[in-house]
Amino acid sequence: MPPSPAAVEIRGLTKTYDGRAIVDGLDLTARRGEVTAVLGPNGAGKTTTVECCEGLRTPDGGTVRVLGLDPVVDSALVRERVGVMLQDGGLPTSVRALEMLRHVSTMYADPRDVAELADRLGLTSFARTTVRRLSGGQRQRLALATALVGRPELVFLDEPSAGLDPQSRHAVWELVRELRETGVSIVITTHLMDEAESLADHVVIVDHGRVIAEGAPATLLASDSSTLTFTARPALEAVSLAAALGAGVEETSPGSYTVTGAVTPATVSILARWCADRGVLVHRLSTGRRTLEDLFLDLTGRSLR
Amino acid sequence: MTGTTGTADIEPPRAARPARRIASQAAFETRMILRNGEQLMVTVLLPAMLLVGLVVTSVVDLDTGGASRVDFVTPGVLALAVMSCAFTSQAIATAFDRRNGVLRLLSTTPLGRGGLLAAKIVGVLAVEAVQVTVLAGTALALGWRPAAAGVPLALVALLLGTAAFTALAMLVAGTLRAEGVLAVANILLVLLTVGGGVLTPPDQLPGVLAHVAGLLPSGALGEAMRGAFLDGAVPWSAVVVLVVWTAVLGWAAARFFRWH
Repeated sequence: MPPSPAAVEIRGLTKTYDGRAIVDGLDLTARRGEVTAVLGPNGAGKTTTVECCEGLRTPDGGTVRVLGLDPVVDSALVRERVGVMLQDGGLPTSVRALEMLRHVSTMYADPRDVAELADRLGLTSFARTTVRRLSGGQRQRLALATALVGRPELVFLDEPSAGLDPQSRHAVWELVRELRETGVSIVITTHLMDEAESLADHVVIVDHGRVIAEGAPATLLASDSSTLTFTARPALEAVSLAAALGAGVEETSPGSYTVTGAVTPATVSILARWCADRGVLVHRLSTGRRTLEDLFLDLTGRSLR
Repeated sequence: MTGTTGTADIEPPRAARPARRIASQAAFETRMILRNGEQLMVTVLLPAMLLVGLVVTSVVDLDTGGASRVDFVTPGVLALAVMSCAFTSQAIATAFDRRNGVLRLLSTTPLGRGGLLAAKIVGVLAVEAVQVTVLAGTALALGWRPAAAGVPLALVALLLGTAAFTALAMLVAGTLRAEGVLAVANILLVLLTVGGGVLTPPDQLPGVLAHVAGLLPSGALGEAMRGAFLDGAVPWSAVVVLVVWTAVLGWAAARFFRWH
């Protein structure tokens, strides 16, 4: 038997709106049974990419295969095996929560048990409330439930924890992990680093419609094994300090500094002496591995867009 | 095909059967419309009030051409009911579903875009069945005596009108913002009711409307319904007008409808 195709296989995807390339030659592979996080700032092309996989948009160029199928040509075959949670929910406002979930379940021959799923995601307490009156977090959970009710092999979750409180977010994460345990492939878009870092087997960082880095979270972070950050009075001479340390120094915000490069015990000692010589008191100093957030900001830039 | 290892042969179907999906969605949409006070107002209550008002009072002077008031008014009210359901109500419901992402979400389920459209048509016909039951029942109670031979013809006219106005609803809902659709769908209904040849024959309208209204889908539907119930015959011109509008509006809706 041939090996089963990847959950998602994208090659050279392009999608242009009004002459502007939103997705610009993007390659992405999401393996079966894994959680793949597509990480990127707002407007990076994450949602458009996922919508091409869901058959909601037709690519301008490149190929998209979902479970080995073309989401446009083999739409019907893809739709019965894929669950989708849209970023804006897609729930009619005048319907009651459980009524909506039950309705979507009728589209499948063998859906999940609606009551069990509702209970699992904590929907029972607002089962008879209309969507219009649900809080953002409640809507997200309902949208997630509708994505899962058809027992999908592959689930696309577009910003699943947007607007969730920490408890709900952890409930969602736990469910994603549990789905993964049962062999479901999951593609999740997010701009939350901790979400990508704690959930994903594979992280794909996207910016300006292209992949700019990818790998397992640990691998992505291993290339820069450690960082040093400290706070002191603002406007230290970063150039002079960098020369003393033989590493990069950046004042990320007034009084907050990040040293990048190989951080060794000697680095801390030199830094302390350099500050002492100038009568500068270090308020706080920490070393540690870089977070995905550091990497992300380094790759995509720190300026707001 | 014996001994194949292909999984397609042994895997059970994951999607419900198409008829079940469409029936389920149609029932869902019908429930939503009948449960919504504003929608119920425009589709059932308003035509019923017009019917009773025009028949039992003579506030509005009607040239019935010898027919009783109820025989003259009822076909036009049924035509208006079709417009309010297939156009106004459907355009508004679809526009808000489009804005809220409902159309996109459902099109990723086994229902799909085709199933969604089929369900909308079935849903419109289901609401129309409710309208016709209420309005025809009221009219009969008021003494309506329709030409029996005209009933099947009226049904054909109703289906043609539904097709034309549903296409118009999809065109409007798929191209304008939801708030815009809310305004356009209501204003157009009022304009067509007053000057579109629905309740009164186009040739009784003042000025240029007398010539134009018959070419509008509203005037054609009104004429077709009146022809069927008053004379037991539908004028060919009305049929042609409705078919042409359906083709043009259907093409435009398919061409310009935006899902996002």
